Amino acid sequence: MTAPILRLTDVVRTHGEGDTAVHALRGVSLDVQPGELVAVMGPSGSGKSTLLNLAGGLDRASSGQVWIEDAEIGSLGAGALAALRRRRVGFVFQDFNLIPSLTAAENVSLPLELDGMSVRDGRRAAREVLEIVGVLELADRYPDKMSGGQQQRVAIARALVGNRRLVLADEPTGALDSQTGEGVLRVLRDRCNAGAAGLLVTHEARHAAWADRVVFLRDGVVVDTTGSAVAAEDLLVGSEH
Amino acid sequence: MSVKLGLLALLAESSMYGAQLRSEFEARTGGTWPLNVGQVYTTLARLERDGLVAQDPQADDEGRILYHLTPVGFEEVTTWWRTPVDRDETPRDELVIKLALAVTTPGVDVPTVVQTQRTATIKHLRDLTRLKVQATDRQAADTANSNDLAWLLVLENLIFGAESEVRWLDHVEARLAQEASRPRTPRPPRPADPAAEAEHTAYTIVTTGVEK
Repeated sequence: MTAPILRLTDVVRTHGEGDTAVHALRGVSLDVQPGELVAVMGPSGSGKSTLLNLAGGLDRASSGQVWIEDAEIGSLGAGALAALRRRRVGFVFQDFNLIPSLTAAENVSLPLELDGMSVRDGRRAAREVLEIVGVLELADRYPDKMSGGQQQRVAIARALVGNRRLVLADEPTGALDSQTGEGVLRVLRDRCNAGAAGLLVTHEARHAAWADRVVFLRDGVVVDTTGSAVAAEDLLVGSEH
Repeated sequence: MSVKLGLLALLAESSMYGAQLRSEFEARTGGTWPLNVGQVYTTLARLERDGLVAQDPQADDEGRILYHLTPVGFEEVTTWWRTPVDRDETPRDELVIKLALAVTTPGVDVPTVVQTQRTATIKHLRDLTRLKVQATDRQAADTANSNDLAWLLVLENLIFGAESEVRWLDHVEARLAQEASRPRTPRPPRPADPAAEAEHTAYTIVTTGVEK
């Protein structure tokens, strides 16, 4: 068994103290392996977003551990944590969050340049990943000249540029029509098939259906999980399809 | 699904023998509704009795009996294409019946019933989505034939169905949470006189759809 890219061990996140304490997560454990896309579902307030924020190092656990590859987030100082986020974690949001004054290629190469890479190398890396997600022709275009689906593909490219192998997606298709949303999920799925690890928060069953596993949260606790998927070929044993 | 009309529709294209009808039906619907060959022959016998199909005068080279449509059978298929499928007849859905009974039976852990079903349905939805990706890839690669298109449409119908079931389960969960926060009204006592009892039973049947 390969080492997981993301590992949460008995993670608790409590906001506030005493009688007014809010228990957002109450002992969640979860592994996401390379090549795996895991969906998280649950009603509003179940802890989905808290889980995603903890997984991406945007928040810290009250207790328990969050590992991204070989680094335990709780043991890192603020600077090291910011560097870890830049180098290893990519975020995809519902509203794309591209910087409007930068072209697609500039948006994608920004995290690399912030991390000290030369502009030239950064742009080259950006073009490579834009090509992978099928929007290389948009490299010099600004976000307001792109459709929602195109912007989200650029956002996925930005999430995966460099050596980052963990993509955290929060309702990434929420602002898109169903056909375009499906295209975006397909890109995310393909990137995971190519070795990335993905954590997808969604409330739509048909989006969660693109994942290998679905984890259900309620009141900060994992209440159920679907177990891993089998290959499509094996679903049709005995059929000609 | 009416096997009878499915077979008639296939026979409108050309004469076929029983096993051929079965494999054609399954190929076009992706094997989603498997038929056994006995079922095909029983249906053919009934269709022949009713004058909708007839045997070809000669068997094929391998001695198999071919069936073709009669003019009445052709009319039947044409009418089928032109008529909407009857949706007034509510089919019995085991899940709906199960949940209707679960919420009215003391001691049943309804949220767990709902969650168990949701997990199973999403798992099914995931399998369907994988099959769909595969089928769409074939379409995109241009290696598909018209049966693949039929299969893709069947899959998408199943995906919509599974998705709608999950949405309904989410709704059930939200409704239960809402109900749980309200004081519960006791169930009305069953009426004593026979006429009122009959009315009560009819009402129960209509509102739960348990029995037609």
